[in-house]
Amino acid sequence: MNGPFDFTLGLGDDALIAAQRLAEWTTRAPEMEEDVALANIALDQLGAARLLLSYAGELEGAGRDEDALAYLRDDREFRNALLVELPNGDFAVTMAKLFFLAAYQLPLYAALAGCADERLAAIGAKARKESAYHLDHGALWVKRLGDGTEESHRRMQAAVDQVWPYTHELFAADPTAPVDPATLRPAFDETVGAVLAEATLTLPGSGWAPAGGRTGVHTEHLAFLLAEMQVLHRAHPGAHW
Amino acid sequence: MVDPEIRVITIDELGILRAVEEDPASGRVTVTITPTYTGCPAMDVIRADIRRALAVAGHTDAEVRTVFSPPWSTDWISDGGRAKLAAAGIAPPAPVPAAGVVSLTLAVRCPQCGSPETEQVSRFGSTACKALWRCRSCSEPFDHLKAL
Ligand SMILES: [Zn+2]
Repeated sequence: MNGPFDFTLGLGDDALIAAQRLAEWTTRAPEMEEDVALANIALDQLGAARLLLSYAGELEGAGRDEDALAYLRDDREFRNALLVELPNGDFAVTMAKLFFLAAYQLPLYAALAGCADERLAAIGAKARKESAYHLDHGALWVKRLGDGTEESHRRMQAAVDQVWPYTHELFAADPTAPVDPATLRPAFDETVGAVLAEATLTLPGSGWAPAGGRTGVHTEHLAFLLAEMQVLHRAHPGAHW
Repeated sequence: MVDPEIRVITIDELGILRAVEEDPASGRVTVTITPTYTGCPAMDVIRADIRRALAVAGHTDAEVRTVFSPPWSTDWISDGGRAKLAAAGIAPPAPVPAAGVVSLTLAVRCPQCGSPETEQVSRFGSTACKALWRCRSCSEPFDHLKAL
């Protein structure tokens, strides 16, 4: 089902929607340094999204560029995993999402760097270096909050419980993809296990694994995000400033 | 040509200028650059600055190409570039550790007073390539260009 186009589109959409969500924190993060950090991580994600969506457009061969793919598709045409479209919640939920996403993207980009597709390999080699900083940052906060006060521990654990079920979708097997996401699971589990242990947090036992993002079946949250992200481009096609 | 965000260092010293080629037959100039970070917002300004500089030199039909491979590394910043960064109060990056090597966070010396008694305030700073540090000896905050 997933050729290189769908695969690349999925990764590009993950990065784009993650960037848009992270940017919502700008001017309202708990401290100035964190405001700058989240904006920088959003910018990295946006950079990766632009490379991936540009390439997806070329693979499709229908004349759609990065802007057409970002601004002129409806929610059912987006292929991002549900994890990245979930609302930011409190700071702990945002950090749980950031940490899980980075723990997946780092081995993903590392694997892409060695894949047969030259363009994806170049994007992977570039993005993995930035991803390592994102993982560092997310892990730092998960540990700080998890192993912090009683209240911060309670909220970090609640965030992990809430977000964790959405991680399973990231690793749905696809043996025909340039990198089979299922092969990334051991590295992800190892990172998550080590950080959560240090953070005195536990993984929820439930096997609930919501999915559908990769086939365009999204939560109700994505349409609202897209409305805000796309309104300017749709109102003024081709606008520049 | 200086970098638009770190205005003490040229794009050559920063390592983002990868090649300048002139076609011997047509005389057409092609400049190849690479971004520091994928989302670097200065790339459009850098491309425009290069075109302007070349137009002034008579090359009005120059092409500016952007490549992503091999990925930029802070190891590409020249020694001269590092010295200029330090002189401008920006602590230059340490060498990037080889893959597989456990990376130790080495002390970053304060570019104001030289003290190694410094601490990281935030790993993300005023631009994508910098982290924010503070000196415990002289209390001054400073930018550190982080290894990538
Ligand atoms: Zn000092």
